[in-house]
Amino acid sequence: MHEMGITQSIVAIVTEQAAGRKVTRVTLEIGKLAAIMPDAIRFCFDVVARGGALDGAALDIIEVPGRAHCLDCGGEVALMEIFGRCACGSRRLERLSGEELNIKSMEVETV
Amino acid sequence: MCGTCGCGDDAKVTITNLETGKAERADSLRAPHEHGHDHDHSHEHGHGHHHDHGHHHHGDHAHSHAEPAPVAALAAMHAVNIDVERAILAKNDALAERNRAWFDGREILALNLVSSPGAGKTSLLERTIRDLGAEMPIFVIEGDQQTLNDAERIKAAGAPAVQVNTGTGCHLEADMVRRGLDALRPAFGAVVMIENVGNLVCPALFDLGERAKVVVLSVTEGEDKPLKYPHMFRAAELMILSKIDLCPHVDFDIDRCEALAREVNPGIRAIRLSTRSGEGLNEWYDWLRAARASRGQEAAQ
Repeated sequence: MHEMGITQSIVAIVTEQAAGRKVTRVTLEIGKLAAIMPDAIRFCFDVVARGGALDGAALDIIEVPGRAHCLDCGGEVALMEIFGRCACGSRRLERLSGEELNIKSMEVETV
Repeated sequence: MCGTCGCGDDAKVTITNLETGKAERADSLRAPHEHGHDHDHSHEHGHGHHHDHGHHHHGDHAHSHAEPAPVAALAAMHAVNIDVERAILAKNDALAERNRAWFDGREILALNLVSSPGAGKTSLLERTIRDLGAEMPIFVIEGDQQTLNDAERIKAAGAPAVQVNTGTGCHLEADMVRRGLDALRPAFGAVVMIENVGNLVCPALFDLGERAKVVVLSVTEGEDKPLKYPHMFRAAELMILSKIDLCPHVDFDIDRCEALAREVNPGIRAIRLSTRSGEGLNEWYDWLRAARASRGQEAAQ
């Protein structure tokens, strides 16, 4: 349950970027291998956002699938877990995506 | 970043210097979370930044979501979309890099010891301090939710120690280590052991500035823990299988455990030892010596 702390970080960063403006939407990018549950972030978000610049803001989460490059055969492997094996049998994989934990964009009101 | 996880704002972090007995209540630790900070280093984090999606502009999805009532009421107002592209853990990662540079400048080998509660991290440190204390100066930062017990054990074993109590927090973060170092003041060329809160989940996410994570797994646990907690075993450079004197009494398949750890992390090194019988300790000490020597070389370069 580190998602509450993570969500507090998200809200703090966005609030700072918003510089006093009201935030209506936040878009996150969370890799499927990132050890963060999007549903838990959604659950925490409304609670943490309440009363601040993000109060009532919509939350979009783009889930990034795990992909890796096989260092032995050069093929590309889809990863469901943080570890895996290429069809060629190799475990020497270089992860290409799936570990993202980023705030991608935010939407603020303008006057 | 919040110093806690899954907890409210009332959590307090306390840092106690066992040399002076002085405790620092860490409202000051939380203060940086509350106000603006400079995030210039935000892209120096370890996660891959692979933006192979198209940018999601406002217009792409503005109508695909049910707007919460407060937003709908303001729909007539203009909205502008701002690219943030900021790693959520950037603040911790930047502070960890600062710690790492601090260690490098002093040719200090810093290790982050992680495990479940009760795997034997503190016992391993006590024994290591007793056996190697004359050979290399060892300093310890102890992380626990509550009590000074572990830091007191370390002090009794003969090493300077600082206890970081995280309150309800379940892992150490880079700023807590920074505060711990301020109190500990480790010597040039020393080894700094950071004993993380007993937890195989969250500590994997938080870089402290260490040279390596060392995961301790005792044979009284399940041999499939590397598969159950793959993030931690993937992040670790060394796996210590502890309490092997108990092997005759438990069903732990030690070879299988090592194979599973390699499934998750092909490069992980494993050392089997018992702080009670002393078996395998020399291998751990040799690993420490080698890591310390390579640390000095890295710093010299």
